[in-house]
Amino acid sequence: MGRSGISRRKALSSALALGATAALLGAHVHAERTRVLPQDRIRPPGALRERDFLDACMRCGLCVQACPYDTLRLADLNRPVPAGTPYFVARETPCEMCETIPCAAACPTGALLPSLTDIRDADMGLAELGTPERCLSYIGAAYCDSCYKACPIKGQAIRMQHGRTPRGGNFKPVVDPDRCTGCGRCENACVVEGVAAITVRANHVTHR
Amino acid sequence: MLRRPARRRSLLRRNRWLLARRACQLVVLALFMLGPWFGVWIARGSLASSELLGVLNLTDPFVALQTLLARHSLEGRALAGAAIVAVLYILAGGRAYCAWVCPINPVTDLAAWLRARLHLPALLGSMKPDRRLRHAVLALALVLSALLGSVAWETVNPITLLQRALVFGLAGGYGAALAVFLLDLLVPRAWCGHLCPVGAFYNVLGRVALVHVSAARREACTHCGDCFRVCPEPHVIAPALYGAPHGRSPVIQSADCIRCARCIDVCDEDVFRIDLLARRGGG
Repeated sequence: MGRSGISRRKALSSALALGATAALLGAHVHAERTRVLPQDRIRPPGALRERDFLDACMRCGLCVQACPYDTLRLADLNRPVPAGTPYFVARETPCEMCETIPCAAACPTGALLPSLTDIRDADMGLAELGTPERCLSYIGAAYCDSCYKACPIKGQAIRMQHGRTPRGGNFKPVVDPDRCTGCGRCENACVVEGVAAITVRANHVTHR
Repeated sequence: MLRRPARRRSLLRRNRWLLARRACQLVVLALFMLGPWFGVWIARGSLASSELLGVLNLTDPFVALQTLLARHSLEGRALAGAAIVAVLYILAGGRAYCAWVCPINPVTDLAAWLRARLHLPALLGSMKPDRRLRHAVLALALVLSALLGSVAWETVNPITLLQRALVFGLAGGYGAALAVFLLDLLVPRAWCGHLCPVGAFYNVLGRVALVHVSAARREACTHCGDCFRVCPEPHVIAPALYGAPHGRSPVIQSADCIRCARCIDVCDEDVFRIDLLARRGGG
């Protein structure tokens, strides 16, 4: 086997390695972009629509370190959220809606919109009474308004509506989709064990 | 038969540049880790994009380029940060990043050291891909960013995955580093020397560098081969070391040289030295 034989084999293995890398990387990027994220993985305030967000996010983690409440996390490898991108889970730690929006201010790419100046204009998702049969007010087990009290846009994003519910209660929380930012304080405050009665659906679900 | 010269250097002398390099890599990592681990905030973020002392943004120009190709514009400070980093490596010699900053370098160096220690056979042999493969992977990362969107290489980049593991406590990055380690254990210098597009990008940036390694005293060379054995890119040495009869410069010209200066460390004859503002080309 002469030199040309070696270089032919080298060329072949290089082409194979490049083809394999192209296939794996292409498939991985495509999978990230088409995967449906769980509705409880919420992007930080000011986040672009999911596809645009993935174009922009450099996965640097500056937003996560800027969050004063340790709400934001970076996704690990092999999780539903693309590795290195920020999200939060409201049931565990909700967004506290800082006036200065330090996470968006820290973003060097505009993946979190710098034009978001009023946190009340944020659209991280939308709260809804996902499982009314778990809501104590709705089923008439108690008068509970913990979600209403926890809401940072009090009395506007959530109000307690009087009136007989199909399950025999007298009150139920009603969300105003125009005012709710999806911060998840309500979901976090819901007193029932396990999954909250009121849950935020992240905007990558609501704006598909 | 070659005989070792009687005069051997002290252990410290043989590892000066290596120690300096490890210290530099450690300091860079520590700057990022002091904040989240001990509340001392010097550098925020990661090697993809960072904020130094709360004022200066530094951004990896390769990451920035991919974002731009994914048709997303950056904030002005990130563009400026990427420009600063680019200029820094254009001056220092692009792949100095690989030797002095990259956290994967100690991982692949360890694999190379173990390979040599354990006399592991080289998988693939002459079937090993061409080292220019990494330039094709670089092109691939840029094309995929443009075609599919996303900062394509950052979805899998073991450099930032490992750094995020250390800074943000994400376990997955250790897995990525382990995969690179095992690959390099099986195939010599497979990752940094053949696949990594980050190194290829900094190679392209480093074409007009001011800092070079030079075989300045090449006439003293005893052909012991020590430099070739420790060099992570051994092909860069020969043209400079043996170039005298062809009128070639003793300055190592190849942009593949990572400026690790390991050759300076191990050469008992003091053939190599760092050359600032070295004249390129012949002579």
